[in-house]
This record gives sequence, C-alpha cells and structure tokens, in this order.
Amino acid sequence: MQPTVFVPTDLYVMLSAVLFVMGVLGVLIRRNAILVFMSVELMLNAGNLALVAFARQWGLANGQVFVFFVMTVAAAEVAVGLALIVAIFRTKRSIDIDDLHEMKG
Amino acid sequence: MNLNEWAFVGIFLAIAGILPAVPILLGWLLGPRKPNPIKTDTYECGIETVGDTWVQFKVQYYIFALVFVIFDVEMLFLFPWAVAYQRLDLFAFVAMTIFILLLTIDLFILWRKGALEWT
Amino acid sequence: MIELPTLESLNVVVTLPALALVLGAIVLLLVDVFLPERRRWITGWLALIGVLVSLGITLLTTDRTGEAFGGMFVADSFTAFLNVVVLITAAVGILIAMDYLRRTDMNRSEYYFLLLFSTGGMMFMGAANDLIVIFVALELLSIPLYVMSGFRRPETRSEESALKYFLLGAFSSGFLVYGIALIYGATGSTHLPAVWAAVSAIVEGGSSAVYLVLLGAGLIVVALGFKVAAVPFHMWTPDVYEGAPTPVTAFMSVGAKAGGFAALLRVLVIGLPSLIVAEQTAAAWVDALALIAALTMILGNFAAIMQTNLKRMLAYSSIAHAGYILMAVAAAGHPAVANQGVQAALMYLLTYAFTNLGAFGIIIAVERNDGSGVSLDDLRGFSRQRPWLALLMAFFMLSLTGIPLTAGFVGKWYVFWASINAGQVVLAVIGVLTSVVGAFYYVRVIVRMFLEEGSADLAQPRLPRTLRAGLIVAGLGTLIFGVLPFLAADMTTGIQIALAALGGG
Repeated sequence: MQPTVFVPTDLYVMLSAVLFVMGVLGVLIRRNAILVFMSVELMLNAGNLALVAFARQWGLANGQVFVFFVMTVAAAEVAVGLALIVAIFRTKRSIDIDDLHEMKG
Repeated sequence: MNLNEWAFVGIFLAIAGILPAVPILLGWLLGPRKPNPIKTDTYECGIETVGDTWVQFKVQYYIFALVFVIFDVEMLFLFPWAVAYQRLDLFAFVAMTIFILLLTIDLFILWRKGALEWT
Repeated sequence: MIELPTLESLNVVVTLPALALVLGAIVLLLVDVFLPERRRWITGWLALIGVLVSLGITLLTTDRTGEAFGGMFVADSFTAFLNVVVLITAAVGILIAMDYLRRTDMNRSEYYFLLLFSTGGMMFMGAANDLIVIFVALELLSIPLYVMSGFRRPETRSEESALKYFLLGAFSSGFLVYGIALIYGATGSTHLPAVWAAVSAIVEGGSSAVYLVLLGAGLIVVALGFKVAAVPFHMWTPDVYEGAPTPVTAFMSVGAKAGGFAALLRVLVIGLPSLIVAEQTAAAWVDALALIAALTMILGNFAAIMQTNLKRMLAYSSIAHAGYILMAVAAAGHPAVANQGVQAALMYLLTYAFTNLGAFGIIIAVERNDGSGVSLDDLRGFSRQRPWLALLMAFFMLSLTGIPLTAGFVGKWYVFWASINAGQVVLAVIGVLTSVVGAFYYVRVIVRMFLEEGSADLAQPRLPRTLRAGLIVAGLGTLIFGVLPFLAADMTTGIQIALAALGGG
C-alpha cells in the first residue's frame, strides 16, 4: 500500500459544490424553520470545506483561519436563530415558514 | 492502486454487516415466544414510565445550552494558539489575554443578568 | 519563528473610531448591569455619548490614513466618510428611539448595545481590506439587527419579521462564504489588494481560473444584494420593515444599506476591478449590476404605488433607492469614472440617511402605542393638527423624490452624472423615468396631509424632546446638503478607493 493517497483538490471542491447546492435547495424547498436553518448551516460548511481544500492546495494557512471565523460566527448565529425560533414557537405554536403570513402586500 | 485493496474493504463491510445480523436472526428463529404484559413492557430499569414524552423542559436548559454553544466554539481560537505557543512571543500572549478577558466580561454579564440561576 | 505583527504595523490610531465605539459598547454593557432599575434611562444617553465620542474621533483623525492589523483594516477617506454617515445614523437612531421604546413598553437597555454593536459592524465594513473582515463585519452588523427586529416581543408581527430577516440573512451569508471560498481558491489570498493583483494576472494570462473568480464574484454580489435589498433578492424587505419596531426599521433601512454598499464597493472596486473578460473595457460585473439596478428601480417604485401602509411604502421606496446607488456602483466599474462612481454612491448614502431617518421619525411621531396608525389614510388632515410636522414630512417626501433644493436632489444628481459619464445612458434614463413614477406616491403622501379632510388622532399630545432633536438633525441635514451642494462636493472630492491608491492601473 502507498503511504498516502493524494486526493486532488478538484474532488473536494466538487463535493463542496454538491453540499452547497443541497443546502440551497434545502432552504428553498423545506418549510420547517429548523430544517431551513440546518440547510443554511450545510451551505456554510460547504464553504468551509472548499476553503480548507483550497488552503491545502495553496499550502497556506489563511484559508483555515477563515474557517475558524466562519465556525465561531455560525455559532453566534445559531444562538440567535434558535432563540428566535423558540420565541415564535411559543406565540404561534408552529415553526412552519408558510405560517409566517401576518403581513401581506 | 489496484483492485485488491478495495476488495479488502468490501469483504470487511460484508463481515461487519453479517456478524451482528446472524445472532439476531438466530434468536428470532430459535427462541421460544410466550409474551406476557410484564415482558412486553418498556424496559426502563424497572420503573414504569409516567406521562407523555412531550413535556415542556425548563427554559433554563435552553439558556445553558445556548451559552455553552457560544463559549465552547469560542475556545476554537485557543487551540492553534496553544499548539504554537512555544514559538510565539509576548504579543500573542497579550492578544489572547484580551480575548479571554472579553469572554470573562461576557460571563460576568450573564451572571449578573441571572442567566446562570437554576430557579 | 512565526512571523508576528509588530506594534507599529498594528497602527492602532487609525482604528480608533471603530475601536472606541466597540469599547464604549462593552463598557456600557458593564455599567448597565450595575444600574438600578430606576436609573436605566441613563443607558440610552450613555450610548449617545459613545456615538458622539466616536464621531469626534473620526472627525479629528480624518487625515490619519493607512493600514492597520497587518493590512486587514484600512483607514482612508472612504472609511472616514462612511464612518460619519453611519455614526450620524446611529445618533439619530438613538434619539428617535428613546421615547418610542418607553411609551411602547419596550424600554430594555439591550436596544442600545445592539445598536452600538451593529454600528461597529458597519464601521468595520467600511474599513475592511480583507474578505475575512468583510464576512465578520457583515455578521456583526446583521446579528444585532435580527434581534432588534424582534424587539416588540411577543407581538407576532415583530417576531415573524425577525425570523424572516434572520433566515434570509443567514441564507445570504452562506452565499458570501462560498463566494469568498471560490475567490480564495482562484487567487490564494483573501487580502483585497492581493486579490486584485492575482485577478489581474489571471485575466492577462487567460487562465481558466477566471471562471472561478466570476462565479465567486457572482455569489458575493448575490449575498450583498440580499443585504442592500436589491431585486431579485428583496422579498424579505417589505415584511421585515413593516413588522420591526419603527426606530429599528429606520436604523436598518439606512445602516444596513450603508454597510452593504461599503462591502460591495470594497470588494468590487478594490478587489475585482480588473476582472475584464471578452475584450471589454469595463469589469465583467458591470453589466450584471446595471441590470440589477434597472430591475430594482423599476420594481421598487412601481410596487410602492400599491402600498397603503406607510412603513411598507417606505420599504419599497428603500428598495428603489438601493437601485439608484447600484447605478453608481455599476458606474464605478469603468476605470475612468471609478472614483466618481464611488463618490456618487457615498453622496447618495449620506443624503438618503438624513432624509429617510427623518421620514421614519415622523412615522414614529404618528404611530400609536400598539403599532397601528401608520397607514396612508391615517395622515388625512394631518396638516391641520400638526402643521410643522406635516411641512417637515412634505420636505422629506420631496427630498426622497429628488426635487431641487433638497438633499435627495443632490444625491440623484451625482448618481446620474456618474452613470452618464460611464456611458450608461440607458440606465440613467430608466433612473429618471422611475424617479417620476416615484414622485407619484411621495406626492400622494403630501396630498393626504394637506388637501384631504380628516382627523388623524395622534397618540401623543406633545412631541417628545428627543424625537424633536432627531427630526431637527435629519431636517437640517436634508436642508443644508440641498441648498449648499458644494459642501458635499468638497467633502467627497478627495475620496478615492480605486486603483490609484495601489499604484496600479
């Protein structure tokens, strides 16, 4: 067996593109606020995967540093987002985004 | 890279699937079946379950979880700093001190706002 | 030894305005937890002092330019100008909110911290010289705004508005991260001048990496298009603006736009001006932006005609105004008028800030405590009860239309001029025509107030002092920049963030 198998960057980027598209479709198709939010996280992590893959290709660390920032900011977003979802569940007893229709025009 | 390496993975997967499946299947085929109410009851360490599973949790669990998520992920920045610590100078030390100071202020404010109370 | 920045390269002085504001917010957080309940009203005033201190530092350090934090942060005349716009917005945003929060029973001091942090995000956005900073600043700007739009809890409309804003905002940051990842993949750097150099090399070398850059730039434009409410990424705007508490709407309609456009200008004009494909003379993103600008102006203005709710009408109007600013951004893609386009966009942001804050301030004055009373019909006969307020509202409406002697006219003048110089005559014509459409619904407000009979019963007998101060600032700004446009011209002439600063192009 060879000691290391070099996976070309293209494959990582393709995987990340697939994940990103899955995330976008999830946001557009899903109606449950939590699932929409999870799809958004999938998009962010697709970006992270692409960043790490490119960082390895360039042999630079700055892409990985960026991933750290994306992860921490995403955590702050999770905290705010879940709090909002819980708040709206307590008043409406529903987190279906089609039920968000108080305002029209 | 030749095919034999991958064949090994395939055999491994097959064995991994068969090993747990065989005893379950054998038990199902050979075992006697005489159900009674005590046997079919949910196994909960001998204690009967009370009420619905859809109960409201204390909101404090939720606040704790959120606070934990944020502080836990902020610790991410400590890891590369700690790994490279031997090769860093005073500047990095001061920078990280400021960062931790900010987190401490957060914790302090949470405490003053009562987010850490359990009642 | 890992290469580490020295204290000189940190160049803390140029970051002082933004740092002072964020430090002020942290100190305010600490002070607030020690204040007894009946002293809480101080918090708002302390926040205002923080904003004014930061504004003072900005004005004192306008000549201190340079990079800071290893090149990630850059202070130039663009930064200083944007800081002024954003800090004025924050100050007026605090002034018009103080009484409103008290009378609608939302007087929680979190409003002021969130506003300060969001303002800090906008300031960092104006100074961003690295894609990482743009991402972090955009989130620092947005996350407090999500919470603020849900501030009228547990009112369903406010919560819905917060959740919608949050989900679409998070969606757009997903696009931003992936777009940045692709640009990083093509250029190997997130530092904007380095991106510029790498993109120039890619374009000259004819490398296929140019498609990666194009895709990345497209995703970033989509993400920032969400933030500035450009068509077709505007769907959230009317609902969020209507459901959020009015002072929050006022603050975010101006502040989030300023931040979004700052990022757009930084990325496109500093990072990607040399992204020229297929034998063209202008950057490849110009046509896309021009199309978005045209759609945004048309849809925003026509949809606003149909509205009966004032907040909703101003939401569509803010979409339309995003279109005018996008026109200037598109013009900035032509190398010869890059600086003029940037100046026009900044000028428009400044005039729009004063005018729009003023218009929302008047809505705050007429709004009842339960959030009702903001429909167009509620303004019937308003001039009888409050002649001065009605006059002021009419003035703001004329400024939003772009009538001469108001600030709005100066902004539009700059934008159209830049657009024509860039050869985008069709776009300028669309801009003028849609302005005429816009005049229809702005003037309708004036007609309701002055020519129709009715009795708008007002929530408050007297105008609170803080709200009056906010309205005076907004009105004076609209007036001064309207009648003395050379003042604004003096302020913007020195501004350039384009290639000249890099010694290239």
